[in-house]
Amino acid sequence: MKKPLLIVYICAGDPTPEATPDLVRRLARAGADIIELGLPHSDPVADGPTIQAAAQRAIAAGMNTDIYFKAAAEADVDIPKVFMGYYNMIYARGLERFVRDCASSGITGMIVPDLPPEEAGPLQEASRSAGVDLIFLAAPNTPQERLEMIRAQTSGFLYLVARAGVTGARSDILQGTRDFIARVPQGVPRAVGFGISTPKQAAEVIRAGADAAIVGSACVDLIARGEIEQLMQLVREMKEAITEAEKDKNPIVC
Amino acid sequence: MISQTYDADDTKFGRYGGRFVPEILMPPVMEVAEAYERLRTSQDFRADLDGLLKSFAGRPTPLYHARNLSRKLGRQIYLKREDLVHGGAHKLNNTLGQALVAKRMGKTRLIAETGAGQHGVATAIVGANLGFDVQVYMGEVDIKRQKMNVYRMELMGAEVIPVRSGSRTLKDAINEAFRDWAATFDHTYYLFGTAAGPHPYPAMVRDFQSVIGREAKEQIREADGQLPESIAACVGGGSNAMGIFAPFLKDDVRLIAVEAGGRGRGRTERTADNGASLGCGTDGVLHGALTRILQDPFGQILESYSLAAGLDYPGVGPELAYLTEKGRVIPRMADDKTALRGFRELSSLEGIIPALESAHAVGYALQNPEELGEMAIINISGRGDKDLQTVMEYENL
Repeated sequence: MKKPLLIVYICAGDPTPEATPDLVRRLARAGADIIELGLPHSDPVADGPTIQAAAQRAIAAGMNTDIYFKAAAEADVDIPKVFMGYYNMIYARGLERFVRDCASSGITGMIVPDLPPEEAGPLQEASRSAGVDLIFLAAPNTPQERLEMIRAQTSGFLYLVARAGVTGARSDILQGTRDFIARVPQGVPRAVGFGISTPKQAAEVIRAGADAAIVGSACVDLIARGEIEQLMQLVREMKEAITEAEKDKNPIVC
Repeated sequence: MISQTYDADDTKFGRYGGRFVPEILMPPVMEVAEAYERLRTSQDFRADLDGLLKSFAGRPTPLYHARNLSRKLGRQIYLKREDLVHGGAHKLNNTLGQALVAKRMGKTRLIAETGAGQHGVATAIVGANLGFDVQVYMGEVDIKRQKMNVYRMELMGAEVIPVRSGSRTLKDAINEAFRDWAATFDHTYYLFGTAAGPHPYPAMVRDFQSVIGREAKEQIREADGQLPESIAACVGGGSNAMGIFAPFLKDDVRLIAVEAGGRGRGRTERTADNGASLGCGTDGVLHGALTRILQDPFGQILESYSLAAGLDYPGVGPELAYLTEKGRVIPRMADDKTALRGFRELSSLEGIIPALESAHAVGYALQNPEELGEMAIINISGRGDKDLQTVMEYENL
């Protein structure tokens, strides 16, 4: 895929399960390169208030794993769709059945924020045989040796958690985030998420060396307010901003 | 040098346990594990803890031969009196131990979750006594149910933070404490209240609570010259049960884990009618461990139910899940009514008002005396003063 990439997270089933496939199609047209489709969980421990609220709305609207895969399959877009969700939801369905359902509904990768590589053996085996990527996360406080291990285990891309804490919009990109991106070993695409809510922030992480910017809570927030046009506008502006930022990355020195 | 990766088998009891936490929490959890591993064999640490357990917590607690209850049931019943620990419950055994770990790690702030408020109170106590800032996460629903404990925590300088997410009870308070920790681990220690959570918490909490069983073993030998035929303890997360069971695991003693039967075995769409994860749950991952949990077929965690807030939890410690599967621990249930019977009868027979949680073990014993054998110990994990309002309201319904 042509870099830099814009990865857009939405919570499946928010505001309703019926709305999800169309939302995915429109996001793809607006410039999203990958859709991260969240499966709502009752206990989303890595998420801040925005995504927690979205998960609660979606569950109340009837979203469950069966409906999730139907919605994913119905959202027939040319860009990759990636699953994001908690391990218990996968465990409850059975690992093999879950990855099979991913593959048959066009989901090409999985992000499981509460599954460290040490615990991931069985899911790795299942996802490999189904041809689905298992994408691991690294955080700014991940020590270097561990970071190398995670990088070696991840497939598809590496998800860099931009800062300490949970998901949610923030007003600044810290120097710590820049340093973090810089110390991630090369050899795998690096996507940066957590706290990116504006085109300016997305551009900053791309300039700092990231291959992809992930935006989540800002989109979920607009969906919660019913501002779908504004959401598409945000995605267009983000795509533009990161494309511009990529050009700054290797400036031609006269 | 702290190892940065680990073998998952070292964090488990059979297939249960592990560390299912977001990567941001992995370094802080591993730091706690490393500190505990280093300190648990340190004589200096042990001496500090033993000193506080004796002079501050009031240990050892008595093993009391309950004459009237024994006569009524036609067998010898002993009560391990954890209700006499400072603060009114066994919880202080664990908070003292972990606070000393936190101190030696150089942390200045403690966070904790609480349901009934007993663990929050025990954390507030060590915060005041050992000099930590303390913030306690407590579900909005529980704050309303346990006003007195909220006030006790505040008196001792702790801040109680209302949790409004999810079901607004204990499980959401734990989620919120993890979210706090993910942003504050530099100076903050998460003082987990039960023998659950990611490794090393289940093992560490068990170890700190094992003082209950070690004392009981010595005391029963002294009193009766032999070990009991059975031990009964209530189980929410399982810290008082693991505490009294652990030193008896290799002995020929029947270990009975009494869970909250609540209103019965059923469930509605989002809520179980009980808190019995061993008896009614299935395998799943909650709060950092693979264990037995109450969940729907898709893996959404159910809200649990029990009249006793301290047993109102949809999970259980992984070691208890393992011991139950092996057949070493026998899971049983006592419903609200059985617990209330235990609450009333122990009060009137012995002049001891047990916590509603402990009353589950007492009520089960009253209902099934033959299962206890000739001689039994019941763990009275806490005192019932905190529950008077709850019981009065229940009886007025």
